[in-house]
Amino acid sequence: MPYQIPWLIFLLPVCSLLIIAFILRPFFNNRPKLGGYVTIAAISTACALSLWVLATVIAAPGHKLDIPDFQWLVIGNLNVHFGLLIDSLTAVMLVVVTIVSLMVQIYSQGYMDGDSGYHRYFAFMSLFTACMLGLIMADNLVLMFLFWEGVGLGSYLLIGFWFHRPSAANAAKKAFIVTRLGDVGFLVAILLLFAQTGTFDTEELHALAIAGTLGGTVLTWVAIGIFSGAAGKSAQFPLHVWLPDAMEGPTPVSALIHAATMVAAGVFLVARFHPLFEHSEVALTTVAIIGGFTAIFAASMGLVMTDIKRVLAYSTISQLGYMMLGLGTGGVAIGIFHLFNHAFFKALLFLGAGSVNHGTGTFDMRQMGGLRKAMPWTYATFLIGSLSLAGIWPLSGFWSKDEIVASALDKPILFYIAMLTVFMTAFYMFRAIFLTFEGEYKGGAPAEHGSHGPNNSYGPHESSKVMVIPLVILSVLSVFSGWLNVTGAFSSFMGHGGEVEAHGFIQGFFGVLSHPVPLISLAVAALGVFLAYAMYSARWISAEVMGRIFKPMYVLFSRKYWMDELYENVIVKKVLINGVFAVLGLFDEKAIDGAINGVANGTVAAGRELRRLQTGQLQFYAMFIVLGLVAITVCYYIFA
Amino acid sequence: MEFSYLTAILFLPIVGVIVLALLPKAELKTVRVVSLIFALASFALSLALFSLFDRSAGAVGQIQFEEKFSWISAINAYYHLGVDGLSLPLVILMTFLGVLAVLVSWKVELKPRQYFIWLLVLETSILGVFCSLDLILFFLFWELELIPMFFLISIWGSGRKEYAANKYLIYTLVGSAMMLAGILSVYFSTSSLNMMEMGGLIIARPFIPITAMFFLLLAGFAIKLPVFPLHTWLPDAHTNAPTAASVILAGSLLKMGGYGMIRLCVSMFPQVAAQYAPLMVILAVIGILYGAAVTLRQKDLKRLIAYSSVSHMGYVLLGIFALSQISLTGAALQMFSHGIITGLLFAMVGLVYDKTHERNLDKLGGLARQMPVIVVVFTIAGLASLGLPGTSGFAAEFITFVGSFSSSIVDHIQLYTVLGVLGIVLTAGYILWMLQRTFYGPPQDKYNGVPDADTVDKICIFSFVAAIMLIGLYPAILTDIIKLGIEPIVRLIGS
Repeated sequence: MPYQIPWLIFLLPVCSLLIIAFILRPFFNNRPKLGGYVTIAAISTACALSLWVLATVIAAPGHKLDIPDFQWLVIGNLNVHFGLLIDSLTAVMLVVVTIVSLMVQIYSQGYMDGDSGYHRYFAFMSLFTACMLGLIMADNLVLMFLFWEGVGLGSYLLIGFWFHRPSAANAAKKAFIVTRLGDVGFLVAILLLFAQTGTFDTEELHALAIAGTLGGTVLTWVAIGIFSGAAGKSAQFPLHVWLPDAMEGPTPVSALIHAATMVAAGVFLVARFHPLFEHSEVALTTVAIIGGFTAIFAASMGLVMTDIKRVLAYSTISQLGYMMLGLGTGGVAIGIFHLFNHAFFKALLFLGAGSVNHGTGTFDMRQMGGLRKAMPWTYATFLIGSLSLAGIWPLSGFWSKDEIVASALDKPILFYIAMLTVFMTAFYMFRAIFLTFEGEYKGGAPAEHGSHGPNNSYGPHESSKVMVIPLVILSVLSVFSGWLNVTGAFSSFMGHGGEVEAHGFIQGFFGVLSHPVPLISLAVAALGVFLAYAMYSARWISAEVMGRIFKPMYVLFSRKYWMDELYENVIVKKVLINGVFAVLGLFDEKAIDGAINGVANGTVAAGRELRRLQTGQLQFYAMFIVLGLVAITVCYYIFA
Repeated sequence: MEFSYLTAILFLPIVGVIVLALLPKAELKTVRVVSLIFALASFALSLALFSLFDRSAGAVGQIQFEEKFSWISAINAYYHLGVDGLSLPLVILMTFLGVLAVLVSWKVELKPRQYFIWLLVLETSILGVFCSLDLILFFLFWELELIPMFFLISIWGSGRKEYAANKYLIYTLVGSAMMLAGILSVYFSTSSLNMMEMGGLIIARPFIPITAMFFLLLAGFAIKLPVFPLHTWLPDAHTNAPTAASVILAGSLLKMGGYGMIRLCVSMFPQVAAQYAPLMVILAVIGILYGAAVTLRQKDLKRLIAYSSVSHMGYVLLGIFALSQISLTGAALQMFSHGIITGLLFAMVGLVYDKTHERNLDKLGGLARQMPVIVVVFTIAGLASLGLPGTSGFAAEFITFVGSFSSSIVDHIQLYTVLGVLGIVLTAGYILWMLQRTFYGPPQDKYNGVPDADTVDKICIFSFVAAIMLIGLYPAILTDIIKLGIEPIVRLIGS
């Protein structure tokens, strides 16, 4: 394979961005469909090339390709090269990102139809995808950081796509600033690595960590710094607050953000630098604990949300916690395998939610219900996605979740947390299904937030083919993608060959049910589904009564642990803007500038006073001359 | 005889001034076209300089395009011009901004002839500072700059323009007075005014203690940069100056401070600089964080941008006094980068104000739909200012941080650098908040029908964007030049 191919994968969406920005938008503004076609053409080609790269990497010795790099910047011993690192991790990520992005772009043609910002939408989408592709292929920290921030920019632009809505503008700003807080840690880690090793190259850093040259406290700090960047992008506690708000963007954007681009970036980063984490016990434990905690913490909020996209958003945070837990306890293969499966079913679920919104004009589940008949395709695919997310055998989510839960076995607390999260996940997903698709239709609602141009006068209706086809494709992937590791093939490709016992497909497929852990987790999930059924479909248990019994918890969850209030109102508004910064502002005005003006005024005042001495009367001057002479004479006699 | 590039670049604007003065009828059209021609000629020659500049390894520390004639032989003063890696980018920056400042002023109708004359004089005087290699000549241009800026602010400014102009003049003069004392004491100690002979000069019999000389010189530069707590002239001057003056003030004039620090303070007194570097680095970090914090409190769009300069010039100071090759290169690049980014931000503020006659962030809002071109460019400028990769802001800040963090001259520099890095969060805060307040949210009826950028505006602001992206994507285009000028200075610090 020519080495230009991976570069081409990155450059294709860049080209589509440039074509839209410089040709289509200025000259073909009245033909918006072109923007979508260009983007889809670029990304489908990139997708095909990614599959080629994957095949090549599978065949390559050591699962790695050599790509020549070029020099970007040299100052003294600062030597930055730009190049690509194509190994098994990159190849898998390339396929995930391009497939999900392609599905999202196809779907967007239907979803964004008629929006005045159609060209802008596809330009931003191309940018977003390009940056993500660049990030996963970059072979050094500087290039990685460049695309890392580029991904942040893409999310800012897309979350704030409907900028005329203050909530969208706020959400975009929040996403950027919260993730940037994490990026400070990442940047400091980069600085520390350079000061210690003089290199930014990923593979060189791996080698240094494995050789032990890079170790001890420095390595721990570096790993924590990298993880803080990852926690920002992957919405880990306590930097998770931006993700639920991020659904202010168009729904296909949420699908892309939640599945393959933005949030996957953090998990990818930890996976990419896993050799560094492996050599620091503290860092690895931190990743596992934060991941495990985030998983259950976010799931608890997902239990009570009434907005279908918010349920999915908290589920994303929770699943990202799972991935981090998997990276912290199991290793790259386990964490990335869940990322791989999650990408397909979460993209499916978000696109499904968008389809529901298209049909009803609302995201509020209390105003839906009974959509099963009106939207059969959406219902069927959404159900598959939910089953997969809940970890029901033999769908894809089962396989990767099982691996994570099993790898947490030797850390009992994390294991129980993971189990409890399995229960909550199954519960909230089926709560969503029952509220949305079963029962009576409750009338939808006029567009209030995040909804998009539905024609509601005909009642709920199935979405157009261009939206349904991606759902079907993704639901197929959501069923089968997990089977790739039934034989341990995925793990051994990701470099875990020695640890995984190889076995036949049939044996692995059914044999897994003879182990206790998968059986327990299946039972726990089934219990969650059953409870949701009992409360929201059969109504044996009243949700209102439950809400009253667990009122304190309900309030705690539905107010999101008051973390938004803490961050936005207390820390940012009260303590910083109106507290410390206000004092500094006043200090600047009164003390510093006051002192300067004081000196000036003092000089003027002194001049005004001294001017009185210049009376113009000769007698007055003569008096001072005499006084002076006397003083000099006296001094002379005293000191001489 | 070779063509005297520097003299030509330096005095072409002055030739323009003479032409303008001799014009029989000062019509707006003729005046601005004449100004544009001379600014463009100067810029074109500086680009020629850029392409002819010797970048080979042998050129390290070499002065190029040198011109030297005896001027006042009694005190050894020379008409001595030349550029090296440090000053060439600043010369290009000034001529570039000179052209754009004329375009920005395209619609000035009040006394246009006089206005453009002052603008061109300003350009020459700033160029003179960057090209001079003789201390007296340097000081002459340094002082000359005050006159046009004073009139530009006090006649074509807005708000408290007389107050701002007076404050600017007096504040700068205080610094200049100390600088002159410093220059004189250097002269009386060495009997030389040649700036290139001063590097690492061992002064056998100092006229006054060399530490005092260092601080006398530093005072003038610190006010100009500005260094906390000497910054309060800046928001007043920027806010009340006309757009073009703000563009040049922020874009080029502040850089005289950073340039002087590297060229004189650090080169001439490397040991003193190393001794007091911790103090300066602390002031830099305070400037970065404090400047950003105060910026977050501003309600006036233009004042907000003005205060952001205090924060951004903190990075320059950090890079200079971290005293490593990488950090000094980063600081020099940050000077250039800040010049084009903040220049563009002021140009954008000017455009928004021209169209809406409003600068109060509480009253602006929702303009994105009414100004589709302006919002795109303003956003790019803002993102560059907050250091987004792919723009010059990132390249400069990143190099500065890397250089400062890995410097071995100053104790605890890692801690200070990390504190400086925190500034990028605050910067993101005020930039995004400003963009949201100005452009996002529901469109307001009162701004219906306000025009977007016209052709002249577009040429001007797209040129800025092109420069920002070019340097962001390929910073080596400048750093390969800058490092030639920085390397000899770093050798002095090391010895």
